[in-house]
Formats: sequence, structure tokens, C-alpha cells
Amino acid sequence: MAFLEMIGLKKRYGNVEILKGIDLTLDKGGFLVLVGPSGCGKSTLLNTIAGLETITDGEIRIDGERVNDLHPSKRDIAMVFQSYALYPNMTVAQNIAFGLEMRGVAKPERDKAVDGVAKMLQIGHLLDRKPSQLSGGQRQRVAMGRALTRNPRVFLFDEPLSNLDAKLRVDMRTEIKRLHQATGATIVYVTHDQIEAMTLATKIAVLKDGEVQQVGTPHEIYNRPANLFVADFMGSPAMNLLKAQVAADAGRTVLRLARGHGGADILLPVPPSVGAGSALSAGQDLILGIRPEAITDKDSADKHSTAIEFVDAYVEVVEPAGSDTFVVTQAGGKEVIARMRSDADVRAGQTIPFAFNLDKAVVFDPATGRRI
Amino acid sequence: MSASASSGTAGGSIVTRVVIYGLLGLFAVIYLAPLFVMLITSFKSLDEIYSGNMLALPRNPSLDAWGKAWGSACVGLTCEGIKGYFWNSIKMVVPAVAISTCLGALNGYVLTKWRFRGHKLVFALMLFSCFIPFQSVLLPMATVLGHFGEIGRQLQDSIGTSLGFGNPTVNLVFVHTIYGLGFTTLFFRNYYEAFPTELVKAAQVDGASFFQIFWRILIPNSTPIIVVTVIYQFTNIWNDFLFGASYASGESMPMTVALNNVVNTSTGVVEYNVNMAAAVIAALPTLLVYVLAGRYFVRGLMAGAVKG
Ligand SMILES: Nc1ncnc2c1ncn2[C@@H]1O[C@H](COP(=O)(O)OP(=O)(O)O)[C@@H](O)[C@H]1O
Ligand SMILES: [Mg+2]
Repeated sequence: MAFLEMIGLKKRYGNVEILKGIDLTLDKGGFLVLVGPSGCGKSTLLNTIAGLETITDGEIRIDGERVNDLHPSKRDIAMVFQSYALYPNMTVAQNIAFGLEMRGVAKPERDKAVDGVAKMLQIGHLLDRKPSQLSGGQRQRVAMGRALTRNPRVFLFDEPLSNLDAKLRVDMRTEIKRLHQATGATIVYVTHDQIEAMTLATKIAVLKDGEVQQVGTPHEIYNRPANLFVADFMGSPAMNLLKAQVAADAGRTVLRLARGHGGADILLPVPPSVGAGSALSAGQDLILGIRPEAITDKDSADKHSTAIEFVDAYVEVVEPAGSDTFVVTQAGGKEVIARMRSDADVRAGQTIPFAFNLDKAVVFDPATGRRI
Repeated sequence: MSASASSGTAGGSIVTRVVIYGLLGLFAVIYLAPLFVMLITSFKSLDEIYSGNMLALPRNPSLDAWGKAWGSACVGLTCEGIKGYFWNSIKMVVPAVAISTCLGALNGYVLTKWRFRGHKLVFALMLFSCFIPFQSVLLPMATVLGHFGEIGRQLQDSIGTSLGFGNPTVNLVFVHTIYGLGFTTLFFRNYYEAFPTELVKAAQVDGASFFQIFWRILIPNSTPIIVVTVIYQFTNIWNDFLFGASYASGESMPMTVALNNVVNTSTGVVEYNVNMAAAVIAALPTLLVYVLAGRYFVRGLMAGAVKG
């Protein structure tokens, strides 16, 4: 049985249903990331787990215990807020010890706990300062320290890094990952940043409009997105989603894509991800999803792939990005972004062979948006 | 940019500046002149007042008039100065300010952080109470206070103490607390509306109770609004005349009513110096509150609570 369970969880504000029946589980020591666009109900879901919002329907269980009607302080959870929510009138040490103080822990023990946490987070020299005397990154550490002292059953993070600048965000991301590995804590983490989700999670739940779109490991979410929304949302630059049509060519089933700059249509074999059971009928419209890194220059095509197809195409734009070069062309009626080696010899205006790694491609039904 | 703008106006017209400062100076004189006359008159002797120029500085400054006003001026029939009434006012104003401020803070806390069905209506009604004129409350309140007196007498008979029921000072505290509640609630509600709710949520998760959150999180971060409320309530209650004159008489009059009686007591010559001294004494506490509390009127106390 999972450590944290949400069963048919619904939340309504007045007549508006914000969470429309969420079913999620998380094992002890797991790191669940809730990711989705702004306003999809991530914070609301986290607040219901914390007990800061009541739920309209469904059930929340922690370690087998139903906690629906338990006060936040009785759920043995700790929460790190987006704004950090440090008490401005207290010093860092008092902030960190407040939760223990409210639970009646004696002063010497509190001091010991604060020292331990301060050491782990390297904030020992800040203990006597007020929050207003700290930088953003230091406040972030203190907020985590406050959560860590109590050693709760579940940690809840609500976009903890979104107020930090880009460089600090990457550092703190690593730090959170390190803390998770060191403590083995069970964590639910909310973010709208798909890179954070990919790097931190052991399990990702993608949300949209109060519904779970897909649950899975980062690898599953990235490589086998359940629908067009997940495919488009996860990954940067986004997955290429190209219009294609099923056709028969010399006795085998192929996908036909319009070529961008005139010429015969592109014919690609059906990607291996399409299960043998799913019958494709000729003339059926499809959406072919293929990530930029699965379209490369000829030399860097994946040697282990079983299905590389070379397609000559016209290069519209070349965007060097340091480690890679993004190359833009046209296919299936849309812009296609390919990710090539930074030293690939490509110039705008050329027509070069693009290597499509179909092992990494997926196919969606345009009517339902689901993956086939 | 601002430098060039200000130098532009400075170079533009000295006449404008002269007019502005001239007007400011003129109004300052107009406002301060009465205070000045009151102060110098209170240090003069009666002879000097009746013979001399109103604006002239005292020739032999003396505190005699102040002593008389404090200790032996006649208020109605008793001639023991205004000191007793001064303490009456203190005994009325301190509890009234303290209670109405505490309740206002509690109301503001509940109305913003513990919302219940109908909280808007409750707040609207409390707001409405700010606009009820004193006069319309006078008679109904007199009836209520009459009942209090009744209860006090019965308690006195049965258990030997009235527990303050019917005591005029307690009555005034009660009236001023009720009347001030609308204002104090308004002040605190608006302040707490902008107070980060995440702090309250964090404290809940940390295990703090309703009152622990109030005392440990909200109140320590409320200094500016507490100061505003205290200044406002203190000034209003101390300066109130109508309730004081209506519900307290004789021994239990507050300062303002007593001051009126000092000035109106006509036995022979009008002792302007004593009247002026009494008036200044009556005004001192409010001045003092401004000077002392104003210092703590700090802004930016919440800086650093939220965001980076
Ligand atoms: N107290 C509330 N009353 C009504 N609607 C709310 C309330 N809190 C949040 N919402 C709505 O719920 C939706 C989800 O909000 P939230 O969970 O904060 O989204 P996010 O995924 O960005 O964290 C939003 O559309 C928001 O407007
Ligand atoms: Mg949110």
C-alpha cells in the first residue's frame, strides 16, 4: 500500500470545480512532482494534502490513515511556501524552532534540532538574523530548514524556487535533490517548470484544468506522453507535432507528411511505439510527435536506433545555442526543430539530410489527442 | 531626470516660491497664534492680563495659575482644581482605548484570515456603525446604562459589590468601546487584508492555535496599525464632551466637562490665566500621545516577510 494516497479527490469553490477527481499515490521516500500550467489547481491540491483547504469529495490517506478531517498540525506534514512565509518578527533560529515550540518541545532539544538543520543547510551564521536581512537564496534555505526540523511524514513544496533568479534556481534544485537523497524524505513538489519536474521527480503527475493527464516516471512522461497536452507541455524546445496521414506504399503501411518547400511527400515507416494491436487504416489522419533531439544531422544519428530515416529538407533558420545547434525546417505543414551537434556544418538555405530517429517518435490521434 | 526637473522649477520662478512659503508661513501663524496666546497668558498674573497687551510676553512668568488650575480652581461648587477630573479621564481613556483596540484587532483577524459565511455583511454592518451620529445614540444608550445601574444596585444588595455596574467611569468605558469598535475593526481589517495569508498557513502547519497565531504572528507585525488606532481612539475619547456630559456628572465628570465648568464658573473676575492653564493641561495627553507614539509609526515593518 502506498504511503500517500489521494482517492477521487474533488474540490469545489462555489459552483466551480477546481479539482475533478484526482487519483494519485506515492510510495515512502518518493518524490512526486505535480506539474502543469498556471491555474490548473496544483496549489489547491497541495493545500488539500496539507489540510489548509477542505475537500469536497474523496479521500486522502497518509500511511494508511484517513486524514480528511485532520487539522494541518495533526497531519505531521511540513510545507515550504512559494513566498517562503518566514515570520518577519522572529529570527532565523526562532523561525526554524517555531514548529517544535508549538508542539511543546523543550528548549534544549529545540536548540539541538536547529543546530542540526543549520549545519545541514549551511545557515549557521544566519541564525540570529531577521528574515528581512537575508537574500532570496538564504530565505529559501531557512524555509526548508523550518520544514526539516520537525522530521515530518510528508514534505510539501509549493513552487519553492520560482522567486529565485535563474542561476540560484539551478543550484537550489541540486540542493533539494541532494537533501532528498540524504534524508529519504517523502516529498510532494509543485512546479510549473517542466525542467524542475524532470530533474527532481521519481514520479510526475501532469495536471491540466484540475485533471491528471498522465502519471509516470520522468522517463515515461518524456518518451511516452499519454496525449498531445503532455507531449507539448514537457520538454524544451517542445516536441514537434506534425500532421501525417496513413498510406500504403509498396505493401507496407507508412506515414505521409507534406514536405515544406515543394517536392514529393515525405514517407516514414510507422514508429515502433505504435503497438501491433492498433490497426491503422489507410487515409487516417494522425499526428506524429518527435522530439528535436530525435532529429539530428547524419553523423550524430543514434547508432543504437533500429529505425533511422534520412529525409532531405531545406534549412530555414540555424540557431546556435552553445552546446547544440537548433535547425528549423518545414514538414507536415509546420515548423520542425531539429537538434544538431554544435559543430555540424549547416547553413540556412541549404538542403541537407535530416536523420529522424523513429524509435523516439510517437503517434497521436488528432480527434481524441491520445497516443496510439 | 528628477534633478533636471527640480532645477527647472527652481530656476523658473522665485516668485512662486515666495508665494508658497509666504502662504505656508501665514497659515502656520494663524494656527499657532491661539496656542501661543494661551501659553503666555497662563504664565501671566491677572493684573498683567487686564492691563497689558494680549500678545506681549509675560514680564514675571509664574506657575501660580497652573497650580491653581490643577489644585484649587472651582469646578461648580467644589474648589479642588481639575486634578480629580484629569484622573477620571485617564481612568476612562486607558481601558477604553485598550479594549477597543484589542477587539478591533481580533475582529480584523477573523474577518480576513478566518472567513465565515456572511463575513462581508458583518463587516458592512460594523462599517455602518462608524457613520451613526452620537446624538442618535444618546437616549437608547441612557436606557441601557440605566439598566446597568439597576443590575449594579441589585448586586450591591445581594453580594456586597456592584462589580462596576452603574459606575459612571465604567459606563463611559463601555460607551466609548462600543462606539470605537467600528473604527478599530475597519483599521485592522484593512491592514490584515494585505497581511500575507501564507504566514497564517505556515503557522497552522507549524501547529499554532487560533490565538497563538494572533499573538505570535499577527500582533508583533501590527505596530503601525496599532499606533494609528491608539492615536485615533485616544484623541477621540479624551476629547469627547457629549457622552461625558450626558452620562457622568459631579465627581465623575471627565476632564473635558470639568474644563467647561471651570471656564463657566463665574465668581467675580474671569481668571483667564487659570482657564488657559487648565485648557493646556487638558490638551497635554493627546499631544504627548502624538509625540511618543508617532516615533513608533514605522513603515516597512513587513519588508522581508515575503518574496526575495
Ligand atoms: N479561494 C478560492 N476561491 C475561488 N477560486 C479559487 C480559490 N483559490 C484558487 N481558486 C481558483 O482555483 C484555480 C486553481 O488555483 P491554484 O491551485 O492556485 O492554481 P496553480 O496550479 O497555479 O497553483 C484557479 O483558477 C483559481 O482561480
Ligand atoms: Mg500555485
